[in-house]
Amino acid sequence: MVKLTGREEAMLAGEEGAAVQKAMELLIRYADALGAEDFVETNNVAGVPGSAPPWIKQYYAADGGDYRAVFSRFDLDADEVVDIPRMNAFSCHLQGGMDPMLWREQGMSEAAFDNFRSDEQQVAEHGIQLLKTCTPYLAGNVPVMGEHCAWMESSAVIFCNSVIGGRTNCEGRESTSAAMLARRIPNWGFHRDEYRKGQHSVNVAVPVDDVFEWGMLGYFVGGEVQDTIPVIEGAIAAPSLIRHKHFGAAAASSGGVEMYHMVGITPEAPGVEAAFGGARRGETFRYDAAARRRTYETLNSVGQCEDVDYVMLGCPHYSIEQIAHAASLIEGRKVHSNSALWIFTSRSVKALADANGHTETLRKAGALLMTDTCSAISQAVPEGTRVAALDSAKQVHYLPAMMGIEGWYGTTADCIDAACSGKWRGRLA
Amino acid sequence: MSGAAMAQARGQTPDYIIRGRCVVPGCVEGEALVTRDTISGWGGVSPMTGKIIESRHELNGVSFAGKVLVFPGAKGSSGWSSIFHMTRLAGTAPLALLFNVMTTKAALGAVVLRVPTLTDFDRDPLEIIRSGDLLRVDATQGQISGWRPMA
Repeated sequence: MVKLTGREEAMLAGEEGAAVQKAMELLIRYADALGAEDFVETNNVAGVPGSAPPWIKQYYAADGGDYRAVFSRFDLDADEVVDIPRMNAFSCHLQGGMDPMLWREQGMSEAAFDNFRSDEQQVAEHGIQLLKTCTPYLAGNVPVMGEHCAWMESSAVIFCNSVIGGRTNCEGRESTSAAMLARRIPNWGFHRDEYRKGQHSVNVAVPVDDVFEWGMLGYFVGGEVQDTIPVIEGAIAAPSLIRHKHFGAAAASSGGVEMYHMVGITPEAPGVEAAFGGARRGETFRYDAAARRRTYETLNSVGQCEDVDYVMLGCPHYSIEQIAHAASLIEGRKVHSNSALWIFTSRSVKALADANGHTETLRKAGALLMTDTCSAISQAVPEGTRVAALDSAKQVHYLPAMMGIEGWYGTTADCIDAACSGKWRGRLA
Repeated sequence: MSGAAMAQARGQTPDYIIRGRCVVPGCVEGEALVTRDTISGWGGVSPMTGKIIESRHELNGVSFAGKVLVFPGAKGSSGWSSIFHMTRLAGTAPLALLFNVMTTKAALGAVVLRVPTLTDFDRDPLEIIRSGDLLRVDATQGQISGWRPMA
């Protein structure tokens, strides 16, 4: 049984209100399920608190079917409905279901938008920051090394653990919502030093030096090491935020990696010894020219038809650097009449893109810059889409399967060319 | 297994007993559904039907509703617990969970499903339990009793 501090006993006894009490009850059940000995305190929580489509609210119709009912019964898994106060931890809402302005273009109904609006108002009124992104670290929530976080979203979790040295497990909706109230999360897994050590080696034998190559390497690594912790060394060069973002998202999708070490690059891997931390070294995997080609072919195995009718960029949500790059590639060109280009980002990055004129450059070319969501999360693609082109290994892993369409993986430039010509001409150089 | 066969089997000594650690307490009896593939929640399960929908999964198209689900562990999106939580609302939840590898996804999913759940076994359930076996999962006592179907 998980040990409680005096303060946690008091929360459980209801001294900080019924909602905090229900949150502690759920966190204790969760900690006992994991076999955690105690809790860590967290003041950095990112989840999807209380938002629900109408069909879920229907289940709680007898309780009013409102935000309070959903938060009590679903998020806190409580047996009664309680008043939900403002959150106690620094709390952030991750990605949501539609763009707040361009929802009609995404094919959403008026009723779905009204529900979205009402949930969003409730989220803000409960003191939860509307980051509305899968990249909180690009939108105002950047953890620091050693900070205990409670985050959902596999691509954000792997970034937090690996690139920053923050500490979070891949949390779920209920645990993050409870942590927002109780400021506690079980002291298990990535919160603990011994869990953060490397398990397998990956030797990189071909140059991996741009975002397209980093994405492919991530997809390869996840497929090999599954959900363990890889230690990557070799010809990997020119690290940057967006390269780590695409590497991590890919590794989390193909295998479920929640943390990686890159020797001399990531903060807990100054050397190979430190990365393994004395732990037994498992297998060694080699990423060479043949492995690179196999990975490219796997990612493009759901592409047959070269007539591209949809190009989606922004998985994980594009940074301002990536939006500027896309805008420069398309400036003076036009999206083909048989195609469409949607680019996804967070609201805060979009504000920057607006100020810099990138949104207007994209608009003039016939492309749309959208926020909050992506085609996989919202299951929204332009009407009649059959073949999509993507510069994200994660998105090509999910979107074609979810929507029953074909998908191509290539560079950002390949994708912009496909949007402007309506043809896929991506090749592995 | 038919209800009559279950009643007959239950009176007999179990064919095997496996011990494990309690994740969620409770005691139920029902039919086993076994897979050697890990299970994705979001994008891998349809909560309205309780069916596995992941394209290359060995149980693709099979429903776990009302079954004791025996699997290696959870994988995929952090939406795992939400999807299994929805199966509870939709009435398509599994009856109990038995899994080998503990993760935050599987732990939280089991908690909000509120079904008896065990892990950390003395013997690998995937080597012993077969789909269709009758199981008594006494998570509170940390014990699984299993009967092979009657011929």
